[in-house]
Amino acid sequence: MVDYEVQAPPTTGSAQDAATYLKARFPGVVSDDTRPGFQGVIVQADKLGEVAQAIRDELGYNYLSSATAVDYLGAGDHMEMVYHAYRISGGGALNFKVQTEREKPVVPSLVNVYPGANFQEREAYDLYGIHFSGHPNLKRILMWEGFAGYPMRKDWREAYYEGEAKPFESRWPAGWVHRAEERNVFGSNVRYPADFDLSKLTDISDQAVYNSASISGMGVDYQQDEMETDQLVVNMGPHHPSTHGVFRMVLKLDGETITGLEPVMGYLHRNHEKIGERNTYLHNIPFTDRLDYISSMGNNFGYVMAVEQLMALGARYTPPTRRAEIIRVLMAELTRIVNHLWSIGFFLNDLGAFFTPMLYANAEREKILDFFEAVAGSRLMCNYMRFGGVFKDIPDRIRSTANLMNDRIRDYDTMEFLSDMINERLPRFLEEYDRYLTGNEILLERTVGQGVLSAEDAIAMSCAGPLLRGSGVAYDVRRADPYSIYPELDFDIPVGKQGDLFDRYMVRMQEMHESLRILRQLLPLLEETKGQDIMSGTRAYNPRIPQGESYGRVENPKGELGFYVVSWGDAKGTQNPWRYHVRAPSFINLTALGPMSVGQKVADVVSILGSIDIVLGETDR
Amino acid sequence: MSSKELDLRQVHDTEFPLPAEMQGNVAITSLSKIYNWSRRSSMWPMLFGLACCAIEMIGTASSRFDFSRFGMEVMRATPRQSDLMIVSGTVTKKMIVPIVRLYNQMPEPKYVMAMGACASGGGPFKEGYNVVSGIDKYLPVDVYVPGCPPTPQALLYGLIALQKKIDGQSLANLDDVPWYGVGPSEPTPIPILGPDIIDPRQMDLIRRQAELAAAGKPYGVRELPPVVKTTKAIPSKAAKAAVAEVVDEGELKRREEAARRRQAVLARKRARDAAKGV
Amino acid sequence: MYGLGILKGLGVTIRHFIDTYKDDVLYGFRKYSKSQDNFAVRQGTQATGAYTVQYPEEKVAVPERFRFTPFLVVNDADHESPGEDWCTSCGICSKVCPPQCIWIVRGTDPATGRPVPQPEAFFIDIDICMNCGFCAEFCPFDAIKMDHDYEMASYDRTSVNIHDKERLSKPFSYWMKIAPTTATEEADARGGWEHSDVIKEKKKKADAEAKAAAKAAAPAAPAPVAAAVGEAVAAPVAEAVAVAESAEDEEKKKAERLAKREAALARKKANKGD
Ligand code: SF4
Ligand code: SF4
Ligand code: SF4
Repeated sequence: MVDYEVQAPPTTGSAQDAATYLKARFPGVVSDDTRPGFQGVIVQADKLGEVAQAIRDELGYNYLSSATAVDYLGAGDHMEMVYHAYRISGGGALNFKVQTEREKPVVPSLVNVYPGANFQEREAYDLYGIHFSGHPNLKRILMWEGFAGYPMRKDWREAYYEGEAKPFESRWPAGWVHRAEERNVFGSNVRYPADFDLSKLTDISDQAVYNSASISGMGVDYQQDEMETDQLVVNMGPHHPSTHGVFRMVLKLDGETITGLEPVMGYLHRNHEKIGERNTYLHNIPFTDRLDYISSMGNNFGYVMAVEQLMALGARYTPPTRRAEIIRVLMAELTRIVNHLWSIGFFLNDLGAFFTPMLYANAEREKILDFFEAVAGSRLMCNYMRFGGVFKDIPDRIRSTANLMNDRIRDYDTMEFLSDMINERLPRFLEEYDRYLTGNEILLERTVGQGVLSAEDAIAMSCAGPLLRGSGVAYDVRRADPYSIYPELDFDIPVGKQGDLFDRYMVRMQEMHESLRILRQLLPLLEETKGQDIMSGTRAYNPRIPQGESYGRVENPKGELGFYVVSWGDAKGTQNPWRYHVRAPSFINLTALGPMSVGQKVADVVSILGSIDIVLGETDR
Repeated sequence: MSSKELDLRQVHDTEFPLPAEMQGNVAITSLSKIYNWSRRSSMWPMLFGLACCAIEMIGTASSRFDFSRFGMEVMRATPRQSDLMIVSGTVTKKMIVPIVRLYNQMPEPKYVMAMGACASGGGPFKEGYNVVSGIDKYLPVDVYVPGCPPTPQALLYGLIALQKKIDGQSLANLDDVPWYGVGPSEPTPIPILGPDIIDPRQMDLIRRQAELAAAGKPYGVRELPPVVKTTKAIPSKAAKAAVAEVVDEGELKRREEAARRRQAVLARKRARDAAKGV
Repeated sequence: MYGLGILKGLGVTIRHFIDTYKDDVLYGFRKYSKSQDNFAVRQGTQATGAYTVQYPEEKVAVPERFRFTPFLVVNDADHESPGEDWCTSCGICSKVCPPQCIWIVRGTDPATGRPVPQPEAFFIDIDICMNCGFCAEFCPFDAIKMDHDYEMASYDRTSVNIHDKERLSKPFSYWMKIAPTTATEEADARGGWEHSDVIKEKKKKADAEAKAAAKAAAPAAPAPVAAAVGEAVAAPVAEAVAVAESAEDEEKKKAERLAKREAALARKKANKGD
């Protein structure tokens, strides 16, 4: 393993120092965000490009983690873009914001400074209607072109709108049940603008895709009658066995070589954030399960951390107990193994090893799911973590009772089961899997030297997780910006050398070993803290969250998962997040798909996508 | 011949071009059996995952639960070779267009299974602006499997339920097996992505609503039908006892059994404790 | 040598293939036997090969904390007020339900028009329910619980997928059966097997009685017995429940129930006294 040499950052030190520097460097342009509970600096919109350049080049914040919009309707009546930038060498965030009017919101695009902002700006355009001047391909990304309105705006109401915030009045005490579609004339979830003219209806959603910058403009135009004979536009997905869900790629081919690639997503856009802003803080926990539905425990972890950061702004806050933290890390690391087993299995599927490696990996995964089911109650949608702790302690025994016909019961000691898994079964399996795959010549030929992503590009495009580390950047939130009990645990961060498919595969393999190493350290800790509290404070169904903003991030198996939460505290009457944004690693990692694929053969694009390891629940949210 | 098929024979459809001498002939039911057996035992699902439920579907397909035991081993990636569409996850407006297209491309006989709360009725994301509240708004669904997500065993139960449904079908009943009728069946119209999703079958309704809107009439939301609120009194405890009597015998027995077991356990426990001299 | 890696890999697949059938050859299809032990081994950490569950001939029983759809707890048939809801229609579950799929009509007394602690109607739309378990977790009266019955596929959702009170109600003994450990823990926290309101009421009554008794200067304290029975409530009933027992007569049962209730009360009182 080679450690990556990062150039010495121009400055080190806290975000506070950076803000002071910026204010001195750009007087009158940069100012502090003085709203209570808010951090960072506010930059004037017209100077954003310059300031961002300075933030990246002079201050060394070269990794843009998240860029998102907030609609402050009724609280200043402006739109705000919020950026969180980090140093790739580690440390906290520099949080900078720009504000713009709601009517005609325009913000300079940061794609030139941080290419990783590309999709995130398109998302803000799609859902909030913010125009980014200078953006190369400003199109809707999650909804289809032609959709009416900007759904994340606070004054936009969905067809089944029932109230601004949950809980809804109609459920209790006079909750006579009805289905939402009974209220709608069309009997389904649709709502047409009042001036809708059916005779002028055109479906422009596909046309817009084919006109995208990356695939048009090179002689092939969807609308042209005569295509050049040697160039070809091919659609893959949304129903395609190798797109890991409902993802679509539009490829432009020259013979078999890819000359352009346009990812098309949104086929699983389930309006997670809109629903999340109607929800209470607690309601959102099970919804986060459904983001990256393979690693729900990790999603829970990120979200409760973000809300706990907010709670810490208040007076009465007790951090999670030690046992709770240990259990959380235990779950997070098991989840990492589950996810990597799954993703390697599917990666091999994509390479053509149809389903056998997948089945072997899944057999191991099922064992861990059994543990999740016994502890949290569900195999996939664990909904296990709570603010200040976890749902319930690990049970003494993994036992079941027969209550259906033909039920067969199981009864194991939980700790024995765990230590069997961690000390014997999983290491044995990993060793076997390694023997099975790693030396395989076909695998080597399909992966070595393919889909290369350089370290600079990976950082610039805000890649995260094994994709970033496969390119040789030893950036892992668990070490770079430590949380929970990770500082006291002993583990390494595997990195690749060349940033090809094989490196990503190896990074995942190594990470499973490192996770096992962590898990082995956790076992004695679990024994040590047996019987201690798993919740600090009381288990309230309506916790009061003070005013402020927070950005909680964890190293999820797929990469850095962040939650940006804005709370008004009691100021607005209801206890709902004003803004609830998910920085989804799968979504942002896809930025690198196009650049990695161009120049490769069409058969490789499948494996490149497989090596990014996306999950659509998170990509489209 | 089971009594079920006899029943079905009585509902002979006159549209079915059956010679008079064949009417009610036993050959039909035997033929049904053969047809049903072959359809149910080689049900090839489409390799088609939408959301979280698809993960459980893959879990069902892999070795631990293994639905190839039911003749479903080959999941086909192309609709042309599959008989069963397992709609496994949230159906979004953007995705319903390809789904309907895929459904139209499936050769008959074809079946649709709504797996999970989302595919059945919208699920937890029902209120979202891009979510279709149930695949049955567009496609005919044969089996609904509730759960979020249904566990592999729940899905297997649903698949068995589908097989049972097929077993009960009769060739003599065109409602059961429309594809053996005369002529090709109508494809489902493909929805259009306009300012919102447009179901072509609703064009007239949309036009009428637009006229209403132009006339300044309320638009889009309809008043709920009045609920029949029962003003019945809360039953007293005595009345409740009567209610409890109505539960069926097996249930009652089970309850008693459980209660007895509980008592027995307690008694033993007490005896043990007494022996220990607590 | 080129191809060595492939051969090694093939070795692993052969190994897996053999493992799957090794037991069959060695022990003559032992794994298909009805024995519980074999099943537990096959599904445990020692499993090798493809450890297929032969659903529906055998099913993996779900663990206690498993959650599918919710159900409402009502009194058992042998209870003195059978079929009575534990739910007080306090509305917390409907507030805490993330997709808002619980609908509760609070009961009102027709005579006075005041709310009574009993739901008049209770609906859960399981086409929306996300099986999160919040309702069960936050119900202050242990009145709503997560069911283990996942075999619910249907041919028509409009008629069956909104569960009403009748469909939702299941006796307390059912909850005892599917989750003995959890039920015992909860009973312990409540201070008895009864609904917490009943316990409170009984306690009040007992307190009054005790006071009266104290006035009569007759110290009534069946402490040893009571303590023993109290212990029994708290002790893990888990392993024992599975064992079925022969029938006991009605009298004994009633007496026991009474003793149990008394014990719980006495214990609660004792705790209070500390
Ligand atoms: S029913 Fe639940 S698990 Fe299935 S797709 Fe919907 S949200 Fe995901
Ligand atoms: S929280 Fe419990 S007691 Fe309250 S309404 Fe719900 S089920 Fe009834
Ligand atoms: S399990 Fe969750 S979604 Fe379902 S009724 Fe209970 S609180 Fe609501």
